[in-house]
Amino acid sequence: MATQTATKKLSKHKNREKRENRNWGWFLIAPTLIGLLILNIFPVIRTFIMSFQNVSTFGISSWIGLDNYTRLVGDPEFWMSFRNTLIYGLVQVPITVILSTIAAVLVNQKIKGVQIYRTIYFVPMIAAPAAVAMIWRWVYNSDFGLINNALRALGFSGNISWLSNPNVVIWSLIIVGVWSAVGYNMILLLAGLQEIPKSYYEAAEIDGAGPIRQLFHITLPLLTPQLFFVVVTSIISAFQVFDTIFVMFDVTNPALDHVQSLVYKFFNESFVLNDKGYGAAIVIVLVLLIGIVTILQIIGQRKWVHYD
Amino acid sequence: MDREPKTSSKFFIHATLIIGAVIMILPFVWMFLTSGKTISESTTMPPVIMPDDFQWSNYSTVWKSLPFVAFYWNTGLMIAGRVLFSTLFSAMAAFAVAKLDFSGKNLFFGIVLTQMMIPAQIFITPQYLLVQNMGLLNTVTALIIPGVVSAFGTFLLRQFFMQLPNDMMEAAKLDGASIGQIFSKIYLPLARSGLVSLGIFTALFAYKDLMWPLIVNMSQDKMTLSAGLASLQGQFTTNYPQLMAGSVISLLPMIILYIIFQKQFIEGIGNTGGK
Repeated sequence: MATQTATKKLSKHKNREKRENRNWGWFLIAPTLIGLLILNIFPVIRTFIMSFQNVSTFGISSWIGLDNYTRLVGDPEFWMSFRNTLIYGLVQVPITVILSTIAAVLVNQKIKGVQIYRTIYFVPMIAAPAAVAMIWRWVYNSDFGLINNALRALGFSGNISWLSNPNVVIWSLIIVGVWSAVGYNMILLLAGLQEIPKSYYEAAEIDGAGPIRQLFHITLPLLTPQLFFVVVTSIISAFQVFDTIFVMFDVTNPALDHVQSLVYKFFNESFVLNDKGYGAAIVIVLVLLIGIVTILQIIGQRKWVHYD
Repeated sequence: MDREPKTSSKFFIHATLIIGAVIMILPFVWMFLTSGKTISESTTMPPVIMPDDFQWSNYSTVWKSLPFVAFYWNTGLMIAGRVLFSTLFSAMAAFAVAKLDFSGKNLFFGIVLTQMMIPAQIFITPQYLLVQNMGLLNTVTALIIPGVVSAFGTFLLRQFFMQLPNDMMEAAKLDGASIGQIFSKIYLPLARSGLVSLGIFTALFAYKDLMWPLIVNMSQDKMTLSAGLASLQGQFTTNYPQLMAGSVISLLPMIILYIIFQKQFIEGIGNTGGK
């Protein structure tokens, strides 16, 4: 009898605790849940639907089936922007990751002034891309820019049209992309380097392994989880390049075709030419591209990422 | 690495790092020097490095030709709004996911993870149409809206709350504290470094955002620094000293904050890239 009341009491208590957890839980997640549904989840569905529609200025839409997609396939400008996006991602990311790794290893050494180097390398990260692109427009100026002048001073001809030669523009964009991202990725990799136990290096020292062997047999293998994270996020953001293109290249620039990305094309179609349905189809392609590349990387990580 | 490198390799390390530092900083130095030049000084060959007489008038011309006070104000309000709402809401949701047990929690966290994996461009057009339908185009509210909640923030703070022990919760419950009190009085203060990281991250990316401010606020007095600077280009197409003065004006607030809080910036951003 006594034990029965005790269990009853206990289960009553448990029930109250369960109820309290549920009420508080839903109350605490409510703002974020509602916000995510309205601002993110519903828009994903709407963009998907819009890609099969013709959307007028005030959002009134008519169903047009696969027309936006068939138009994409026959649009050479779309294929150029697809190509530019791929080239940008596949060149900017490896260069950025290699330079960031070198920078991270160097600023992780016990030498004077590492803090100052870290601070300086991070500066491009805190600058608004609009300002960064404006500065680089000037640095790239073919007559009076810093780079061509430096090339002339070094004895080269120094008349590269960084912002108007169709064969060069994508490289100009890549340089700015690398310059902007190295410091940020360096900081992320540095966090990974600092987690490597010191005892590994001490053991290697006793075995007589020099700094280069330590780098390739301890540092880099143990850094692979962080490297994987940096590669995945870098590719995702590289495939979304927009700001620097928008500010560095005018709409009237004849070389724009050779540098505009999928996101630039999406912006232009949706908000300049006001064809939001066609823009939606471009976004769907971008999402698929990023999704496929990310999944391939997750599958491929088993080959090179070491988890202890 | 704790060992000190040899003197010869130290020299090599410094040399490499200095070259890198020069490359990182030179464009900014060139921006500043150009902002003080006359047009003819900026367009002579070979180039003049130092302006003969620093032309502060470039700054006053640019300052007068664009409503920079409004740009600062709009940017500040956008950052404040996004940081305040998203940090508070993310902390609430993150605590619930990390420390409470209730049905529906995993579904919610699934939504959070899904949002994080999807490229943001897919949200923009419907968000724009939403803001347009609400009659909020060309308002500061429009600038804040996409940032009021943050899936990333929820994810990040969840990790911070998970690291905190559960027994404080049990002890406080025995003392009769409600879950709301346990959250706000005990756990929230302990997650301070996470909140600061998220705040810095949110502020920085709000400041850097270009596409959203560009499309929702076309009228100049509602523009942010980024969007305003992009529009400056049309006005001073080839007057680079004035364009560079405009760039300095829009970079200055963040550079000052960075100089004061560099440690928090670097640690905060470092925290956000964890596994």
